[in-house]
Amino acid sequence: MTDWQEHLIIGPIVLPMVIAAAMLLFDERRRLLKGGLSLFAMAAILVMALALLHESATGAAGGGDTARVYQLGDWPAPFGIVLVADRLSTLMVALTSVLGACSMIFALARWDRAGPRFHALFLLLVMGVNGAFLTGDLFNLFVFFEIMLAASYGLALHGSGEARIRAGLAYIAVNLTASMLFLIGVSLIYGVTGTLNMADLAVRIPQIAAADRGLFHVGAAVLGVAFLTKCAMWPLGFWLTTTYSAASAPAAAVFAILSKVGAYVIIRLSFLLFAPDSGDSAGFGQLWILLGGLATIGFGTAGLIAARDLSIAAAYAVIVSSGTVLAAVGTGNADVLGGAVFYLVGSTLACGALFMLAEVLNRGQDLGARSGRAVFDDEYFDPFDDEERNEPGLVIPAAVAALGGAFLISTLMIAGLPPLAGFIGKLAMMEALSGLGGWAGYGVIAALSLASLGALIGLTRLGMAALWARDDDAEPAIVVGAAEGVAIAGLLAACLFLAVFGEAGFTYADHTADWLVRPDAYIRAVLGGGA
Amino acid sequence: MTQIVLALAIGVLTASGVWLMLRPRTFQVVIGLSLVSYAVNLFIFSMGRLRSGAAAFTSKGAEDPALYADPTPQALVLTAIVISFALTALFLVVLLASRGETGSDHVDGQETPE
Repeated sequence: MTDWQEHLIIGPIVLPMVIAAAMLLFDERRRLLKGGLSLFAMAAILVMALALLHESATGAAGGGDTARVYQLGDWPAPFGIVLVADRLSTLMVALTSVLGACSMIFALARWDRAGPRFHALFLLLVMGVNGAFLTGDLFNLFVFFEIMLAASYGLALHGSGEARIRAGLAYIAVNLTASMLFLIGVSLIYGVTGTLNMADLAVRIPQIAAADRGLFHVGAAVLGVAFLTKCAMWPLGFWLTTTYSAASAPAAAVFAILSKVGAYVIIRLSFLLFAPDSGDSAGFGQLWILLGGLATIGFGTAGLIAARDLSIAAAYAVIVSSGTVLAAVGTGNADVLGGAVFYLVGSTLACGALFMLAEVLNRGQDLGARSGRAVFDDEYFDPFDDEERNEPGLVIPAAVAALGGAFLISTLMIAGLPPLAGFIGKLAMMEALSGLGGWAGYGVIAALSLASLGALIGLTRLGMAALWARDDDAEPAIVVGAAEGVAIAGLLAACLFLAVFGEAGFTYADHTADWLVRPDAYIRAVLGGGA
Repeated sequence: MTQIVLALAIGVLTASGVWLMLRPRTFQVVIGLSLVSYAVNLFIFSMGRLRSGAAAFTSKGAEDPALYADPTPQALVLTAIVISFALTALFLVVLLASRGETGSDHVDGQETPE
């Protein structure tokens, strides 16, 4: 292995940081330069993520399943900081880069003009998300989480306006509180075990004294609440719909990955720290995650049916997707988890596409209400008041038909109907669940089926209102910029790709689940790497 | 004695912070969040065990860890302080924007009708 390949893993973190910092040197008016730089950054991250993904799919250099471990400053593992790229984290980084690249392209059509420093915030968000996926210890997880959240506060408010500020205020307050819980949980775990490295923690958990175990469980539960708030488990997720539906479309689309960061951490910690051989802590919190996941699916589905607006429906679809993954994690079964990992990728892409479609279809209906007044006059220029710059470039012909097709694909993905990838994931989960049996297995199957039906009813109704029931005389025709068309097409092409190469994708997801339920390989890769 | 004082301080800060966070005015929420973050910082610090007069670094020839305070929680607190400070500043900006936009300092942007 050559030297630069060793450092590939830190690229998805360092590159966006450097470029975001460099962007602060340029004036807001140099749009072309900033857009070009962010496109370059996202393309480079995509290439790096795919290279990492390819490596974890084909196995390590010496053969066999292992994780690539990067020791910052070359300090050995339990003492220094490590980045770990295993099957799950590289998959999530690749998902982030696809979704991020498409959202960025979508924003280039016009949303990046709606407020200052969009590109820098966007890249910092991508950096935080990638860092959270790749880090191997809890405190760096906190740091990357905060980078991600701080950037998301800025993006949630991007474009300004009363609705965004109101939603942003609640969003920031909830997430700051969740961060405090995160810190309490991390410090309790440190106080009991004396380590923050996840692999080292997994080794030490069976050895915790019986008197301290209760304290450790309190810490883990408090930590879990922080992540469950992030992935919007009922009843911790009421902030999500108002924030995501008020946020500008490219920001909302990329926010679809933020709730998956919470789900990722839950998957990682449940299977690493509370594995069957972790002594008295085995399976800790699993029942709560299962019940919470079921309640979340129910809440999200009810919301989806009741939603009157497509962007609100998309936000509920994000909640349903989180709930599905949580319920699958709660069963603790490797086959169910494999289906859930596959489902997670497809549903995240489809939710992102739905946010973009919602914005395009709502266009011209309530722009006045959405853009709002400037709060800081020196910082703000209305993107919609300058006719010349407002021209979105090439306009896609037959926009309504293309949008209808795109809407159909994302509905099928979210509802999990054949022939697309959402169905493969759901079917795999259901098959494994029926093998599992018991109230948990059949309960989750029932919830998944109801979620499909609810998503189908809700989205079909909204789609008919948006596409068929349009009054062409009263409303301006839909104009889709070329960049927006490319972004939506890119996300949906990724969904179709998942369906066409379903077998390869599903094998990868299945191996990921097998890798996750055998945490000793992860522990060996991290701790043995320094010896 | 130190333990009781510290525990009381954390408890009082958390209790007042949570109460303020649940108040309807945005400024009270900011102060509440700050108080809770102070409590959390003290809490992290206490997780390294309370020692007075112990050095944070080891020197050559005296590598007995029992003689020294645990430096990790101190490093964690430093990071946590910086982050919560920055985010409180950000929250204040959003508070001002909300006040300017809605004309009310209520967290919902409007007074609840009595």
